[in-house]
Amino acid sequence: MVAKMEKATDLLSSPQSLFSLKSLKLKTKQQELLIRISILCLVYILAFITRLFSVLRYESMIHEFDPYFNYRTTLYLTQKGFYEFWNWFDSESWYPLGRIIGGTLYPGLMVTAAFIYWVLRFLRFAVHIREVCVLTAPFFASNTTLVAYFFGKELWDSGAGLVAAALIAICPGYISRSVAGSYDNEAVAIFALLLTFYLFVKAVKGGSLAWSLASAFGYFYMVSAWGGYIFIINLIPLYVLVLLVTGRYSMRLYVAYNCMYILGMLLAMQIRFVGFQHVQSGEHMAAMGVFFLMQVFYFLDWVKHLLNDQKLFQAFLRITLTCAISVGAIALGVGTASGYISPWTGRFYSLLDPTYAKDHIPIIASVSEHQPTAWSSFMFDFHILLILFPAGLYFCFKRLSDATIFIVMYGLTSMYFAGVMVRLILVATPAVCLISAIAVSATIKNLSQLVRTKTKPTQGGSGKGTTSAKTSSKGALDQSLPYQKNGAIALLVGAFYLLTRYAIHCTWVTSEAYSSPSIVLAARGAHGNRVIFDDYREAYFWLRQNTPSDAKVMSWWDYGYQITAMGNRTVIVDNNTWNNTHIATVGRAMSSYEDEAYEIMRSLDVDYVLVVFGGVTGYSSDDINKFLWMVRIGGGVFPVIKEPDYLVNGEYRVDKGAAPKMLNCLMYKLSYYRFGELTTEYGKPPGYDRARGVEIGNKDIKLEYLEEAYTTSNWIVRIYKVKPPKNRW
Amino acid sequence: MGAMAILRLALVFSIFTSLSLLTRSSPSPSPQLQIVNAERRIDLNSHIVRVFLTLKVENIGESPASEVLLAFSPTEADHLALVKAAAVASKKKKKSYLPLDVKPINLVDGPNGTKYYLVYLLKPLVKGEAISLEVLYLLTHSLEPFPVEISQSESQLVYYRDSAKILSPYPIKQQATFLKTPTSKVESFTRVEPTDRANTELRYGPYEEQRPYSYSPVIVHFENNNAFAVVEELVREIEISHWGSVQVTEHYKLVHAGARHKGVFSRVEYQSRPSHSGVSSFKHLLAELPPRVHSVYYRDNIGNISSSRLRTNRKKSELLIEPRYPLFGGWKSTFVIGYGVPLEDFLFEAADGTRYLNYSFGCPLGQTVVDKLTVKVVLPEGSKNPSAVVPFPVEQRFEKKYSYLDVVGRTVVVLEKENVVPEHNSPFQVYYQFSPIYMLAEPLMLTSVFFLFFMACVTYLQVDLSISKIKQT
Repeated sequence: MVAKMEKATDLLSSPQSLFSLKSLKLKTKQQELLIRISILCLVYILAFITRLFSVLRYESMIHEFDPYFNYRTTLYLTQKGFYEFWNWFDSESWYPLGRIIGGTLYPGLMVTAAFIYWVLRFLRFAVHIREVCVLTAPFFASNTTLVAYFFGKELWDSGAGLVAAALIAICPGYISRSVAGSYDNEAVAIFALLLTFYLFVKAVKGGSLAWSLASAFGYFYMVSAWGGYIFIINLIPLYVLVLLVTGRYSMRLYVAYNCMYILGMLLAMQIRFVGFQHVQSGEHMAAMGVFFLMQVFYFLDWVKHLLNDQKLFQAFLRITLTCAISVGAIALGVGTASGYISPWTGRFYSLLDPTYAKDHIPIIASVSEHQPTAWSSFMFDFHILLILFPAGLYFCFKRLSDATIFIVMYGLTSMYFAGVMVRLILVATPAVCLISAIAVSATIKNLSQLVRTKTKPTQGGSGKGTTSAKTSSKGALDQSLPYQKNGAIALLVGAFYLLTRYAIHCTWVTSEAYSSPSIVLAARGAHGNRVIFDDYREAYFWLRQNTPSDAKVMSWWDYGYQITAMGNRTVIVDNNTWNNTHIATVGRAMSSYEDEAYEIMRSLDVDYVLVVFGGVTGYSSDDINKFLWMVRIGGGVFPVIKEPDYLVNGEYRVDKGAAPKMLNCLMYKLSYYRFGELTTEYGKPPGYDRARGVEIGNKDIKLEYLEEAYTTSNWIVRIYKVKPPKNRW
Repeated sequence: MGAMAILRLALVFSIFTSLSLLTRSSPSPSPQLQIVNAERRIDLNSHIVRVFLTLKVENIGESPASEVLLAFSPTEADHLALVKAAAVASKKKKKSYLPLDVKPINLVDGPNGTKYYLVYLLKPLVKGEAISLEVLYLLTHSLEPFPVEISQSESQLVYYRDSAKILSPYPIKQQATFLKTPTSKVESFTRVEPTDRANTELRYGPYEEQRPYSYSPVIVHFENNNAFAVVEELVREIEISHWGSVQVTEHYKLVHAGARHKGVFSRVEYQSRPSHSGVSSFKHLLAELPPRVHSVYYRDNIGNISSSRLRTNRKKSELLIEPRYPLFGGWKSTFVIGYGVPLEDFLFEAADGTRYLNYSFGCPLGQTVVDKLTVKVVLPEGSKNPSAVVPFPVEQRFEKKYSYLDVVGRTVVVLEKENVVPEHNSPFQVYYQFSPIYMLAEPLMLTSVFFLFFMACVTYLQVDLSISKIKQT
């Protein structure tokens, strides 16, 4: 074995071996470096290519809903330049209100993509901005693996770093939001999040001003990229607080936190969407409170040093603490009461209390990714990491340091949030990967040391340069445990098996579950061939080409971004759900009778109405299935809409037994207009809805104020034109 | 009612114009010619009107004539896409056609703005001699849909306006005009006796002894459900790579130029009764691509369009493209077709060492009119003295384009032509000089960048940058 390694060294360092034979021995370190770098390179490439399933299966395209907005704004940024982008008032959405784009978005993603695009263009790579946008997420996922490596190295050792990089490269929880084409804020935000944490931990460890400055810039990047920065600005103070309480306060912490907080805050204020929230909003107050607490702490420390008298200091401590707490409380109270400090937003509440959204903000509760996480999706997204996570926590507690305390806190809090909302599994993923990596690395290291010491029993425990008290004690234990070597080998094989299963599971999940663009739907045909339903783009392109360029399209807000990006038409509401009343108005129109809806649509200048209908293809996430949310959101603002009117004995149905209001509301009519004449499935009556498996209840639908303008080839999107008002004569 | 009014108006107008034509003393540019016999066959089957004109021209003057004038009314001249002429040489019952040069000519003295084309004969016609000419000309945008808007269940009716008598600067002894309509459904037509209609054919004439510039407008209203596929703008980019491929990218702006669709589009009707619903709409188009075509794509600016089929054989490749939605009257669609073809099929070396690209000029879609065609030939970086040879008049200019790893940019030869029909699909050539050394520029550049990168890595690893050395043993 040694000979083999020697040979490898020889091969690897052949140019240097010419100089001296003596230098060969020094090369073990370089060899290790080489192995480490090649593993990292492989992981880097792996993280990139495993996310390309969607491009291979479908095409290089932008996925889902929000990414279309990001793509549209990036396009605007590259075409018109930064100032135009920053000052962009978009009249194409939220008609007639419009939206100030520059002030209501996190520009980090767009600027990043545009920057990559400009660099590539400068280097004369004639790429299209779409390709850049599609590949931004995999690229940043690859970069995240690098950060994970360094973070793991900082937390434990370089072995753990490598394992962490490998685990996070293929973890489904992260892949779900970073496949090629999923051009969303999270794509760069997870990188920024982990980078900020890593730099902060590094800063705390060394007390270095440079690292904490870097961490402030990381935080700035995070703020510019994603609203999830709230997590950072609350977790870091919490961590500092825990360190203070556990008596781990140090000058290093003081330097790191103060520099990071002040600079990060000032930098974050440059983002228009965030603005002065750091000093004005309730969610950011914890950070500020901890900042002042640090000053008090430091002050007390100084006073203690000056006084040199225990009794006097105790009295002083009491007075100062009372003063500080009361001043803080008064400031907070006055700020909140005067409205200077805004109270916590609904979104924040819904994170702390999972049932809050359901009762108070139906618009948040209606989104599937805001639902509380099911146990199965934890298993789906984490697989063996779920078992390794507690083991890793155990190792962290065993070797407690400032860094491991941080990762433990990050892991625990993010796990809690992951339980509250499905999409926040994403935030937990890096922590889970890192902690699991510690578990894997530490276990394997221990086991392999056991195996190795047994191979040379004569040498005792002190053969290798890496000798520690642990290994020697293990060596001493050898006599008492005769099956230890076999046990260790079995456990190693087991670990190897588990990790293999993990890799297989991740690849399978990526290819089957997370690589669908959801714009193009694919199904298996009768002969096992692949059938593509490209109806969304068919409809959007029809809108783009064949309607007047100032046409206003009303649809449920889910499709708003796609209509503006692909259809290039003005929409009433879109996925940026900033105005609940406006959305409720659309919900009300959809759930009213046609004549009432016509009045609403006239008042909103609507020219076309777009509905998504899956009755022909059996596509279940269509508007009829979302309809109750429209009723709820509409009813939340306009009490004329009552949910029980659409239900029969608390049951939602569309067949003959459906509620009369349901059978005659606009959404029902638009979805099922002339559907009664169509035979969808052999052996079933005409008008058989395949998505819900029933024959529809109202086959004789007459439209008075609207007319069918276009229906896609598989009926998934139906567009209706609002007729102009009749002449009064 | 409206149709009748327009018809009446057209009649009145036609009488007026013919009177005015007759009253003017016609200045005949070459009075010594006369047409003994003329036959015109107008094919109205597609939306491109093809007119086959057979003329027997005789020289009755003293001086030999080397040119024959063809006259077109101003509206016709605006829609004229192509004029071709050939002399018929019959040797022992075997007819052969000798193509002749045709050029537009500006004669100010044409009555009512008549436009002329000059046919250059191969050898001058001496006194008493006669020659048979075959003329083919194509008119685009000459079928006017009426009614202008139709619903999904209606079929498309169009007007065709022309003269019953052939417009010519020469007297015509005998002539007849035949119009061929796509179906036997003809709503109405102007009668200029003798006029006869049988099934899909409509005959005007024979008319005897017509004076120069005789004109009698007629209007035919008939059914035409053929695809009125018009490409408003087509940009073809042909990029030559001396590494073995010619990459062609074609940007289309397609429109259905027939009667506009009105009111409802019903998917039920469209998919359950295809023969009665949307008969004038079209679903797909056939593009004829060169053989050995590879990496074909069909997409638009929101992504790939999955509905296309490619069939290749040794002679040609056929790409059946289906726009995202069926095109009804007035509906538009934009898309891009791209493909690569092997370099050796299209790039040749001339005797003097210059290279030339030989590629087809027009639009590969069958039966479409291209309103504005731009052909851009992107020559490889470092090519010199480009020049284009096109068999018909086009506008030419040069551009610069920067593609992958370009430093000085590639020369682009831009050729522009309006009103292009499938008959323009003839090859054109672009000549240029190119030294193969330039092929190596980009690989060398990349290699040196990587070399420098690795060198930098090696130096970084070899050089110890630390200030204080730690002795290792």
